[in-house]
Amino acid sequence: MAEIIIKNLRKEFGEFTAVQSSTFKIEDGEFFMLLGPSGCGKTTTLRMIAGLELPTSGQIYIDGEEVSQMPASQRDIAFVFQMFALYPHMNVRKNISYPLISQGMSRSDVREKVEEVARILGIEKLLNKPVGGLSGGDRQRVALGRAIVRDPKCFLMDEPLGALDAEFREYMAEELRALHDRMNATTVYVTHDQLEAMQMGDKIVVMNHGVVEQFGRPQDIYDKPASMFVAEFIGSPPMNFLKFHGNVEAGDSQVSLHHQSLPMPTLHEAFDGDMVYGVRPEHIRFSDASSYRGEIIATEYLGTTQIVTLDTANGSVKARIPSELKVSTGETVGLEFNPKTISVFDSQSGRALRSALNEGVLGHG
Amino acid sequence: MADVRLKGISKSFGKTLAVDNIDLTIENGGFVVLLGPTGAGKTTILRLIAGLEQPEEGEIYIGERSVIGETPAQRDVAMVFQQYSLYPHMSVRENLAFPLRSPILRTPEAQIREKVQQVAEVLLIDHKLDNKATALSGGEMQRVSIGRALVREPSIYLMDEPLSSLDAKLRSDLRIELKRLHASLGATLLYVTHDQIEAMTMATQVGVLDEGKLVQFGTPREIYENPVSLYVASRLGSPRINALPADLFSGSPAAAKTIGLRPEHIQHGEGQPATVARIEPLGDQTRLHLTLQGHEIVTLIDPHTDLEPGDILSIQPRNPLYFDANGARIAQGG
Repeated sequence: MAEIIIKNLRKEFGEFTAVQSSTFKIEDGEFFMLLGPSGCGKTTTLRMIAGLELPTSGQIYIDGEEVSQMPASQRDIAFVFQMFALYPHMNVRKNISYPLISQGMSRSDVREKVEEVARILGIEKLLNKPVGGLSGGDRQRVALGRAIVRDPKCFLMDEPLGALDAEFREYMAEELRALHDRMNATTVYVTHDQLEAMQMGDKIVVMNHGVVEQFGRPQDIYDKPASMFVAEFIGSPPMNFLKFHGNVEAGDSQVSLHHQSLPMPTLHEAFDGDMVYGVRPEHIRFSDASSYRGEIIATEYLGTTQIVTLDTANGSVKARIPSELKVSTGETVGLEFNPKTISVFDSQSGRALRSALNEGVLGHG
Repeated sequence: MADVRLKGISKSFGKTLAVDNIDLTIENGGFVVLLGPTGAGKTTILRLIAGLEQPEEGEIYIGERSVIGETPAQRDVAMVFQQYSLYPHMSVRENLAFPLRSPILRTPEAQIREKVQQVAEVLLIDHKLDNKATALSGGEMQRVSIGRALVREPSIYLMDEPLSSLDAKLRSDLRIELKRLHASLGATLLYVTHDQIEAMTMATQVGVLDEGKLVQFGTPREIYENPVSLYVASRLGSPRINALPADLFSGSPAAAKTIGLRPEHIQHGEGQPATVARIEPLGDQTRLHLTLQGHEIVTLIDPHTDLEPGDILSIQPRNPLYFDANGARIAQGG
């Protein structure tokens, strides 16, 4: 079991800075997500925790011990890669047993442990098969099995579900999380899939261009994004951005967009210039009472809900509404925004203005 | 463009009956999505229409013409495969132009140029037109391979999971793009996937396949709200429909073996006490894992719920779906 502290961690590859100066803390037993688009530095961060890359500067503490310059072999961690590396000449059982046998565990203990892991992963029937003939999904389960079987201090996983198809990925995500809840081992997990991060993580670090954009609990990050990048990267469809120009004062709880006064949480700072009114699709309601109008240009049926795309004076907007509601393309409807949920951003820097919504959550990063 | 009709089509591979007596009409201008798990026969149907496989029985018509005896080239279809196959020695522009340079088509150069430019813009690869095909990312290569089908105007576009190798963001962009293309070109598409989101958001009609049989065909809404069987009901909907013993709740019809509960079929606050096992935030909503008398139930709840694991939540069905011992839907009055 392990607590991991990352302090001012930086990594340069020649001219290129992969990770600028990351600081965050992973509590003992947490399922911790490093989330961001490709090239954001998340995998480099993970590889530094593993000891596969050495940082240019900064510290990594595992259980209080500074390990940033230590080789991987001394860190007692297990790494699960995006591309599963298995021993092709061994069968599934031997692949999973290998780390235990090399630790000198007795045959009967190995057998028991391997069978437990195989049961957890649903690969009991494959144990005596060669790894060569396995599907991508099964190969990845074997690779997971090989990491789990050792009971290491912590697991580091680099998009372990990335190669699986949607249905199986969902299933494996739940399995992995349930597995974590049973074993309670600290897990650091890299993904570019925001839903996977929301679903599985106790905490999330969102990275972009080597910088930590936000760090916190999934629902807080979703509800109170620190930047437009986070608001757009998390959520599907992403947060709607209505652009406007104006000035606001601390204490304001209304803004004027296209001659319409729209509500927002009380602001805690003033701003003058180009701003963005951010509203999530599920916080938009259709209401004849509202004079903020939009024309319906598309609907996407999703079963329980539907996504409606509208044209407004401030750009395209997507609303998520119950699918019982019958709407048709070409119709013009009034839009109501749930005032408590609104984020207002500085359009140029993308930073969220401080308000009654996000006070206390921002400033983690 | 024309209607494409399959009549009594069957195809086996050795002892496996891959496609079992399928009747299917893809109307001119339709966007039909075939949905099913691996091995359901989706890809085989595409390959039969393309002429890459021959059926043992049945007829395939494009318009009024039977195409069974025709070669793939004569059938005038365009196929996009799951795995992009580009000419590695050619530029993106040459790859896109290649289908138009076919000696049968004799497309004038100016027209080729215009068409390639137009398709490249739609797929957001116009800035890469002069790159080598091999100097692209995976997502870009797949867009080029979709583009190679789009430069032509065939009777039907056949697409075999073209988005499955792309990342989530690009997948959702291209879903909207394909839907827009379909609407603006009036193209006829037959699209194969195991991704229910693609089926629900893009299709004019969905065909659900189970072990080579077409088990239901209808609009996404019909399939979701009126599934003919438990199998069909569990193909659409996220979280997946909960299938529980019918006697778990009172009021089930006598013939019912299984009760099917989607999140909107579960009413909170009344009925049987269920225990909260896990709370999973998705952002816009929260997935609630419950246990009721040893059965797991997954439903949705407001993200700002104050429920915690171990809490009790009473639930009862509201207009649920019922299925008999064979998994067939039991129709209900009202």
